[in-house]
Amino acid sequence: MKRTRLAYPYIFVWMPLFIVAPMLFVAYYAFFDNGTFTTEYVKQVFSSTTYLPALWNSIWIALATTAVCLLAGYPVAYILSNMKKRTAALLSILFIMPMWMNMLLRTLAWKIILYDDGIVATVLSWFGATNVQLIYTPGAVLIATIYDFLPFMILPIYTTLIKIDRSHIEAAHDLGANGLNTFLRVVLPQSVPGIISGITMVFVPAMSTFAVSTMLGGKKIVLFGQLIEEKFLINKSFGVGSTLSLVLIILVIISMVIMRRADRDEGREGGTLW
Amino acid sequence: MKKLVSLLLAAAMLALVVPVFTGCSSDKTLNLLNWGDYLEPSLKDEFKRRTGITIKEKVVTSNEEMMIQLQADDCPYDLCIPSDYAIERMIGEGRLAKIDFSSLKNYGNIGEAYRNLAYDPTNEYSVPYTWGVLGVLYNKTMVDESDLGHWNILWNEKYSQEIYMYDSVRDAMAAALIYCGYDINTDNADEIKRAADALIEQKPLVKAYLTDDVKDSMIQGSGALALVYSGDAVWCMQENEDLGFFVPEEGSNIYFDSIVITATSSKKEMAEQFIDFLLEPEIAAKNIEFIGYSSANTKVLDILGEEWANNTAYNIPEEIVKKSVIYRDLGDKIDIYNAQWDRIFK
Amino acid sequence: MKKFGKFLKGAYLGIVVLFMYLPITVMLVMSFTDSRSAAIWNGFSFGAYAALFSDGDVMDALLTTLLVAVISSILATVIGTATAIGLHSMKKRPRAVVESITQLPMVNPDLVTGISMMLLFAFIGIKQNVGITRMVIAHITFNIPYVIFSVLPKLRQSSDSLYEAAMDLGCSPVKALAKVVIPDIMPGIVSGLLLAFTLSIDDFAISLFTGGTSTNLAMLIYSKTAKGGVHTKFCALSALMFVVVGTLLLIVNLRSLRQEKEAEQQRRKVAQKN
Repeated sequence: MKRTRLAYPYIFVWMPLFIVAPMLFVAYYAFFDNGTFTTEYVKQVFSSTTYLPALWNSIWIALATTAVCLLAGYPVAYILSNMKKRTAALLSILFIMPMWMNMLLRTLAWKIILYDDGIVATVLSWFGATNVQLIYTPGAVLIATIYDFLPFMILPIYTTLIKIDRSHIEAAHDLGANGLNTFLRVVLPQSVPGIISGITMVFVPAMSTFAVSTMLGGKKIVLFGQLIEEKFLINKSFGVGSTLSLVLIILVIISMVIMRRADRDEGREGGTLW
Repeated sequence: MKKLVSLLLAAAMLALVVPVFTGCSSDKTLNLLNWGDYLEPSLKDEFKRRTGITIKEKVVTSNEEMMIQLQADDCPYDLCIPSDYAIERMIGEGRLAKIDFSSLKNYGNIGEAYRNLAYDPTNEYSVPYTWGVLGVLYNKTMVDESDLGHWNILWNEKYSQEIYMYDSVRDAMAAALIYCGYDINTDNADEIKRAADALIEQKPLVKAYLTDDVKDSMIQGSGALALVYSGDAVWCMQENEDLGFFVPEEGSNIYFDSIVITATSSKKEMAEQFIDFLLEPEIAAKNIEFIGYSSANTKVLDILGEEWANNTAYNIPEEIVKKSVIYRDLGDKIDIYNAQWDRIFK
Repeated sequence: MKKFGKFLKGAYLGIVVLFMYLPITVMLVMSFTDSRSAAIWNGFSFGAYAALFSDGDVMDALLTTLLVAVISSILATVIGTATAIGLHSMKKRPRAVVESITQLPMVNPDLVTGISMMLLFAFIGIKQNVGITRMVIAHITFNIPYVIFSVLPKLRQSSDSLYEAAMDLGCSPVKALAKVVIPDIMPGIVSGLLLAFTLSIDDFAISLFTGGTSTNLAMLIYSKTAKGGVHTKFCALSALMFVVVGTLLLIVNLRSLRQEKEAEQQRRKVAQKN
């Protein structure tokens, strides 16, 4: 009698039925129309003037979000990691707490803030800037995306930073390195795994986000995820929708591979297939 | 060991089956496919109190979405409130069930003018709910009175970034088609293309393409002009006195939203019970007071009183009705519209 | 100079905290206004809370959310734990393959997982009117990986010889599992369960595509506010959720902090005695 059998229901029933089969369906709907092979949908997606611009929108929003989150989030994680352990633990709760709020409610809050006579517009008007268009702009979408994902960048970086052996830093100091040098040569390289998982945790979901731009974009900016949602839920055109999803999957895989490579270059062992 | 495995599997199966039953305890549930803010919320409670039937609403923002939802093999909805041309298409596709009008005790309240309309000529499938016209909602503090009256106000550069367009193919295109001097039911590809060009030309002036959102934005005073249905105009004017509504002289679209029962519904009698409930004068008046759309129920205006009778966005004058055209189902030609519409958002 | 640096660091953290809590504060404030729309402040009132609790749709969605979260997290924990125990005693090769496939729902964008499940349900005929069943299956599927990967590390830490010793002492395999292995990996199981529960409560995209006629809280917020105005009752909902989540997080974290403190004092005492 082997314990291995405990995994059988999952391995032979659940996993093939609910993980593998659904993914195959996406590929099937992208390339088959009523059982016959077709490249019609692929042609449609790549020849249309609507899908690719939305893809670019998604890519630049995701890249900008990741960049801003990294630049703004790293210092937070770094400052926290240098504090007394107990203070840091308490303060880090403050930064993690918004993460546990439902993302839709957090986005909703931005809708209220960015309204024409909302808080931001009021503050701006004190400085003489009136009639600034806030809501229903790409900027609104970007700021809400940054807000939604910032904690996901801070947390992994913070966890790797507190694991760094303090004696390495002290040794660097003893050997005459100044603060900046110590940071660049000791701290930063050791925090790369945290940076990489932060980037992955921000970039991938930001690429596929759609609720944020539906709520704040006013159709002045349309994201790729929005088109996928529209194709499946509103138009029920599974063929085009599946093709768009495949494009998204491929992009995600590419970014994952790049991340893994970066991680491996840092001399860590590679993980599983993905 | 084997026992444990089978126990686990049994537990898993059980847990999957339990919700199936809770899902089906919906014997006394009606699924309604509806627009946002299109049913006074307390009416659901009232109906449940009287009959024990729960109304579950699913909100969509366009007729096109309603048509697609009804095409699904497993369409779960019992009731739907589409507009004229969508009903025409649904009847043609066989998506609707015939309503037993003898069971509707309050059907007599529906005005003659709203019966036997072109989309349901023999009046078998639909019960009129509301009607209205497409027009322009404007903020009196931002718009010059001399600019009012015509569709070209939506292309007036003076109001750049102060204009909201309705995010719906037929409605936005209707405004553009009339602006360009064409018929709103045209299937001429050139005309449709030129109308879309007009919308693309208009895009820099447009603040956003919204649906139900437009109400809050206009109430806040964050836009000068908006393409809206007359019912939404009533809603907004209740909340903000600075707002006014006009229907352009060139004519407009008139729409009739009616309740229909889907062909897939297994609860036809319960659905009819709900329709009859909505036709009761008191209930209908309460509903209209909330949603703001003109009622097809002749008793409603008596209850709502003078203020509503004097509101031309609610009690729409005869001469405007005469100049307004109803949408017809365009069949496959709607694809031309959709393709042109997509062009605007690239 | 050092003081100035400290001030800068504090100021930076302050700005980021302000950014993170501004939306939440706005929601909190607007939940107390006497207005239908969250866009306008119109005097103090508890009206939004009254509207929230008397809204049948919200209560219905809350019930659905909790029901799906409880059922799916428990089932995912049962299946995931069994699978992890089985996987642990498997050979390296097949295990790596299973683990890689299992990671799919974790790396895939939610959007893609959602539409792939939707396609599967459409194909095998689980209809839209059994929305809760569809949601439960989908949630179990994306929760299982998190349970497996919470339990596996605990299994690696625990010694196989315990299980074998129990068998040698005459335990049946079932008894050995129940009395020896399960208690040993309990912390992993519990954290897997909690993670599954929170992920399920928080889920939006996957539920949106699989929910059919059933609606959870996130779907409700989306359908009511994404394309429409923001009713103040959703501010009230946010405020309540924030208070609940905040209190829970504080309790959990303060408790672990106190435990650490006590453990440290204990250590010190022992050290002093020696």
